Amino acid sequence: MHNYQDILVDEVQSGVLTIRLNRPEAHNALRTQLLKELADVLDKATNDNGIKTVVITGSDTVFAAGADIKEMASLDAVGVMNDPRPTYWRRIALFPKPIIAAVNGFALGGGCELVMHCDIVIAGDNALFGQPEINLGIIPGAGGTQRLIRTIGKSMAMQLVLSGEFISASQAQSLGLISEVTIPERSLERATELARKIATKPPIAVRLAKESLLKAYETTLESGLNLERKSFTLLAATQDRNEGIAAFMEKRKPNFTGK
Amino acid sequence: MSYETIEFSISEGVAVLTLNRPESLNSFNAQMHTEVRSALKEVKKDSSVRCLLLTGNGRGFCAGQDLGDRNVAPGTAAPNLGESIEKNYSPMLRTIRSLEMPVICAVNGVAAGAGANIAFACDIVLAAKSASFIQAFCKIGLIPDCGGTWTLPRLVGPARAMALSLLGDKISAEQAEQWGMIWKSIENESLKTEAMAMAQHFASQPTKGLALIKRAIQASANNTFDEQLDLERDLQTLAGRTDDYREGVAAFIGKRKPAFKGQ
Repeated sequence: MHNYQDILVDEVQSGVLTIRLNRPEAHNALRTQLLKELADVLDKATNDNGIKTVVITGSDTVFAAGADIKEMASLDAVGVMNDPRPTYWRRIALFPKPIIAAVNGFALGGGCELVMHCDIVIAGDNALFGQPEINLGIIPGAGGTQRLIRTIGKSMAMQLVLSGEFISASQAQSLGLISEVTIPERSLERATELARKIATKPPIAVRLAKESLLKAYETTLESGLNLERKSFTLLAATQDRNEGIAAFMEKRKPNFTGK
Repeated sequence: MSYETIEFSISEGVAVLTLNRPESLNSFNAQMHTEVRSALKEVKKDSSVRCLLLTGNGRGFCAGQDLGDRNVAPGTAAPNLGESIEKNYSPMLRTIRSLEMPVICAVNGVAAGAGANIAFACDIVLAAKSASFIQAFCKIGLIPDCGGTWTLPRLVGPARAMALSLLGDKISAEQAEQWGMIWKSIENESLKTEAMAMAQHFASQPTKGLALIKRAIQASANNTFDEQLDLERDLQTLAGRTDDYREGVAAFIGKRKPAFKGQ
């Protein structure tokens, strides 16, 4: 694969692309370079049929401890306005295949926002989540205020964003921010296990399911239901749907081709 | 660093921490908290340590908090006991329970208040026949701390935990053994040698595996059976990757004594 400065990209295995945030000297702070690399690698993965799902992880002790504060400090209002970072975030958000995060240790600020860009989150019981931006006189700038409130509700979102306090993995699970808590040594294994399982499912159905689910955050129930029904109809035209139903009736394993 | 209120040594895989204010039954004052904290930090940092032995000098193990250290003269503001727990006792208890090695407590005499509950937080408690345990808190209007209200019902069941805490009766080492509160009561003169022998035994055992056992049993307090089965699977996966597991199996098959390194 390609050489990146801030991330490590593993060989694709069983349809799963694993990306490791790798700036140990800066607690995996999400500087612009890192975000760009993440957006680039996901763009490439979009068109790579061998890649069905993506796993994003950090180190044993930190997922990502936030944005790069030094970099941010150098920008004035006009600089912030012309900052390319929002476009990178947008490219990550638009990635059509499932992203599963394996989070150990700190997922703070931009790190927590990256967690919320992922579709499924598995965390080690040493994980901590939070939006401490307020302590710096700023606010979350990559969807923190929007995704958090839609995910965990107003009161807790307010508490986190206004106070800068952190929550544990088990709190994050009970709030619905993440789906599973494991021992730290197993989070990546479990995320990979899930990614491999999803990689065996019919890709077009997976893609439309993800799109349909995400739409629930941003539209009315009526138009969400419409989109769901249209996707459902569209799938009736795929070979994988015929194969899936036939295999079920014939009590055999389906052989999906992505068509 | 040199210590005044405790004795501390590390030798051949065993760390021994002895509370050493015998004139006040080894009760905790500010200096002792600082020194215990620093010693526990050394235990955590030093990868050669494979067992911690906690005991006391003199006729008592630990009488809890030194009340002489607390200003409660009439007319003065009420002391904030929560702050002392937050700052001193809770971090100590959390460290003891999370140490990735067996922690033995050799209770050489009376263990009262915090002293009793610090002992109960250790993994294996040995007590001299002359030792006793008292939840003294109720006699001065306080509640059992240092995890007492958590550990007691788990050790002896809610009925006994409640009566012990509300009445503050003294429980002898033998009674504590009968009730399952501690592992063993021992003749006074053999306590320290037996405790040391056990510590030295642990220093030759698969420490990583023992730490995982400790973690599993601790976690069971908050897990369902199903969750615990999953946890056992995870921890066994880790245990199966240790060098000591390979060594243990090889030694068993080779019919020789295993040489565990604790890794």
